[in-house]
Amino acid sequence: MNFAVLVFPGSNCDIDCYNAVEDTVGQSVDYVWHTAADLSKYDCIILPGGFSYGDYLRSGAISRFAPVMNEVVKAAEQGKYIIGICNGFQILLESGLLPGAMRRNNTVKFRCHHSNLKVQNNTNPFTQEYKLGEVIDIPIAHMEGNYYCDENTLASLKENNQIVFTYEGDNPNGSVADIAGICNEKGNVLGMMPHPERAVHDILGSADGKKMFTSVLSAWREKNGVAIG
Amino acid sequence: MALQSVKEPTVEQIADQKIYQQFGVTDEEFEKICGFLGRKPNYTEIGVFSVMWSEHCSYKTSKPILRKFPTTGERVLMGPGEGAGIVDIGDNQAVVFKIESHNHPSAVEPYQGAATGVGGIIRDIFSMGARPIALLNSLRFGDLNNDRVKYLFEHVVEGIAGYGNCIGIPTVGGEVNFDDSYEGNPLVNAMCVGLIDHDQIQKGVAEGVGNPVFYVGPATGRDGIHGATFSSEELTEETQAKRSAVQVGDPFMEKLVMEACLELIDSGIVLGIQDMGAAGLTCSSSEMASKAGNGMELYLDQVPQREEGMTPYEMMLSESQERMLFVIKPEHEEQAVNIFKRWGLDCPKVGKVTNDGSLKLFHHRELVADMPVTALVDECPVYNKPSKVPEYYESNQNLELTYEEVVDLNQALKDVLASPTVASKEWVYNQYDYMVRTSTAVQPGSDAAVVTIRGTRKALAMTTDCNSRFVYLDPEVGGKIATSEAARNIVCSGAEPLAITDNLNFGNPDKPEIFWQLDQSAEGIAEACNVLNTPVIGGNVSLYNENSKGAINPTPVIGMVGLVHDVDHITTQGFKNDGDIIFLLGETKNELGGSEFQKIVHGQTEGKPPVLDLNTEKRLLDTVLQAIQKGFVASAHDLSEGGLAVALSESCISGEKGAEVNFQSDLRPDLALFSESQSRILLTASAEEVEQLEQWLTEQAVPYQIIGKVTGSSNLNIKVDGQQAIQSSVEQLEKVWKDAIPCLMK
Repeated sequence: MNFAVLVFPGSNCDIDCYNAVEDTVGQSVDYVWHTAADLSKYDCIILPGGFSYGDYLRSGAISRFAPVMNEVVKAAEQGKYIIGICNGFQILLESGLLPGAMRRNNTVKFRCHHSNLKVQNNTNPFTQEYKLGEVIDIPIAHMEGNYYCDENTLASLKENNQIVFTYEGDNPNGSVADIAGICNEKGNVLGMMPHPERAVHDILGSADGKKMFTSVLSAWREKNGVAIG
Repeated sequence: MALQSVKEPTVEQIADQKIYQQFGVTDEEFEKICGFLGRKPNYTEIGVFSVMWSEHCSYKTSKPILRKFPTTGERVLMGPGEGAGIVDIGDNQAVVFKIESHNHPSAVEPYQGAATGVGGIIRDIFSMGARPIALLNSLRFGDLNNDRVKYLFEHVVEGIAGYGNCIGIPTVGGEVNFDDSYEGNPLVNAMCVGLIDHDQIQKGVAEGVGNPVFYVGPATGRDGIHGATFSSEELTEETQAKRSAVQVGDPFMEKLVMEACLELIDSGIVLGIQDMGAAGLTCSSSEMASKAGNGMELYLDQVPQREEGMTPYEMMLSESQERMLFVIKPEHEEQAVNIFKRWGLDCPKVGKVTNDGSLKLFHHRELVADMPVTALVDECPVYNKPSKVPEYYESNQNLELTYEEVVDLNQALKDVLASPTVASKEWVYNQYDYMVRTSTAVQPGSDAAVVTIRGTRKALAMTTDCNSRFVYLDPEVGGKIATSEAARNIVCSGAEPLAITDNLNFGNPDKPEIFWQLDQSAEGIAEACNVLNTPVIGGNVSLYNENSKGAINPTPVIGMVGLVHDVDHITTQGFKNDGDIIFLLGETKNELGGSEFQKIVHGQTEGKPPVLDLNTEKRLLDTVLQAIQKGFVASAHDLSEGGLAVALSESCISGEKGAEVNFQSDLRPDLALFSESQSRILLTASAEEVEQLEQWLTEQAVPYQIIGKVTGSSNLNIKVDGQQAIQSSVEQLEKVWKDAIPCLMK
């Protein structure tokens, strides 16, 4: 299986995502520059966190115009797996691959700490190895993670089972319905504010994010009929 | 010589009207400058000399002091003098680190002052060729009940967060202290730690006559002009008006410049590289030329300019941020240009290395300044300032502390835990991204932060420390304590202390009493570094830190880095398991002078600070480190502000455990629990390891007492000599400790 980690100017979790792929599933992974015009080789594309284009104008607002984003849209249509983490989630929202928008945390401050998430949907490629309702420890680090959508969108998110993670206990940013991560209707595009790539080693305080990467690999193998082992 | 801009004073006016004095140049220094030039300087030249000869760039006052420090050691690959010092950590790897102050800018414009302080120290690290892997900061503010202090605190923290988070380097540790003496003159010291392979080490040298000099980074603007001079004078209402001397940071730009420069260095074509920090283009060009024994020509029309009509004076003195200067061979130009282009950056050629030892500036094709680089860099006069023992010192030395016994120790503990200096700093560090780069093994809030090194079993521990009340009461002892406390924090994390970087923050050294503080504290630091085998590999001096009430407490901040030889040795302060046995190492004496308890409960800072015997300290550190490495230790915590009572509380809170303690002591309970005697460490060991640990401590002749055990209950019970002293639920202590700063900041 081939993973791509996109690099926009100002991405800063690209190395962490790259290492997490290596450490959890040991599959092939490449850094792919924001100007790339061909992603056909990749089965899973990760949009990492950071401050692409300095978060100037609005988080993710400039990155959506990067040439590589046309390819990401194509890949999404082809059913490939797309994961947007933190700033990557913001870019997916700005580019319309996921519904809704991001506002500044209701605490007004940047917040970085471990955070409990509840798995609300384990029927997509990213969470199939978690139990439904499982509470996992995944860190957050963001200033603009206050997910917002209107009532109709929220109703359809719920109806289509698109809410993948919610904050359990303390909602750190004021997001609608405690949303921490959502997917598209088809279930192959995931956006989340917390950082699973920061939770793949016990020495870092949590390894609960590992299953996200192993889930993707299992899903890909099932889809492509690759023998496990 | 070309005509100067009409607004600029003429050569004659500068000399006759003594305009140079406005830049902090004395009559005597002006005479010397004329001597070096063989004529009187023009406006650009006097501007360039004044920044190069400011305390910030020349260390003209502090040089005799800095000579006291040991700067070599078998592991030191680079000592003071370059952007940052470098220490070998084995396997062809080395750690690069430095601390630097941005006090005056932060007093005037806290967000940008702090942010650009972070940006500047990061450039110092990557200009050495190192990948920055962690940031720390040491912050001091006035009393947090004051509205202006709250404003400064809030925005300094936001500025640090804004820069570090965006560039993607984790802010993993540091300290925040509060004391009246910093009101109006906060201290913002930023430290950066980087990792490098030995063969990648760069120097800021302009090698090879005829080689081109390149500029990379954003255009030069009129911001920060005379920043170095600004930071070398006292803050007054008049200097507060010098807001244009504060720069504006752009961490996104620095991220691009950093990645591009590291890629350039990695390509192997760089001959010399240096960041444009204090005194911008002036300092980087003249230092690079001087270090190579060469000269340099700069073509100022090629310097990217943010505004029209900038004069040579303005371009040379601008402190616009995120700029670098580098030298390569002419045949590598295209390769360099392509690397920068990929990152969306230009790198115009702005100069050439020459062999005449002069810094020559050309503007509109005319020579507008011509100065010998050695005069700029090395010939600033060094001053041996008069020193005088202050009266306050003598009277404190002779003071007997006779406070009435404090009986309600539960209340006293809560009061001390709620003191902003002792209280949890979660409000601060949760604003910092301390996890990016996924290497932070020990997060903020323990004795030292620990960052792992990918692909190895090694890790780096890092801390900043200084109890300035001790330094105030006795600078020499205080200097020893600051260094020893840093080493204790490093050891308690399971690391071997390697070296230090120091940030000497003091008042106006023209006052003999202040100079004495500087001199004595350096003496103490030097003695400690010699015994603890932690050489000084770099640092920064920030003088003239005064407000309307006088000087700040003398604050020589120690930034220390240690090596964890195996990640299995990483140790934290939190109690681990029910039934673990609690050891107190070291001796507890009647020492309240300068303590947190003395300040909070008795409202005083007086008397003598605790004594510190360096050989005792060294033995304690070696013994504890080996105990950890042998696997005897479950948790380790240094005793500092608030003494034993606070250390036990913190270990309970961070471990989410209770403890039953009975401390045998001849002292009154309030003294026994809150004394800040030095060279003490709290260890816990599992029941199976107790015997071995006891035997080891006995063999090493380290005094210890088993004082109790960790419990699964949620209470901290402390008896002194069998008498109940403190009885509280850990939850209650945690609430007091955690809520203190958020409540004050609401």
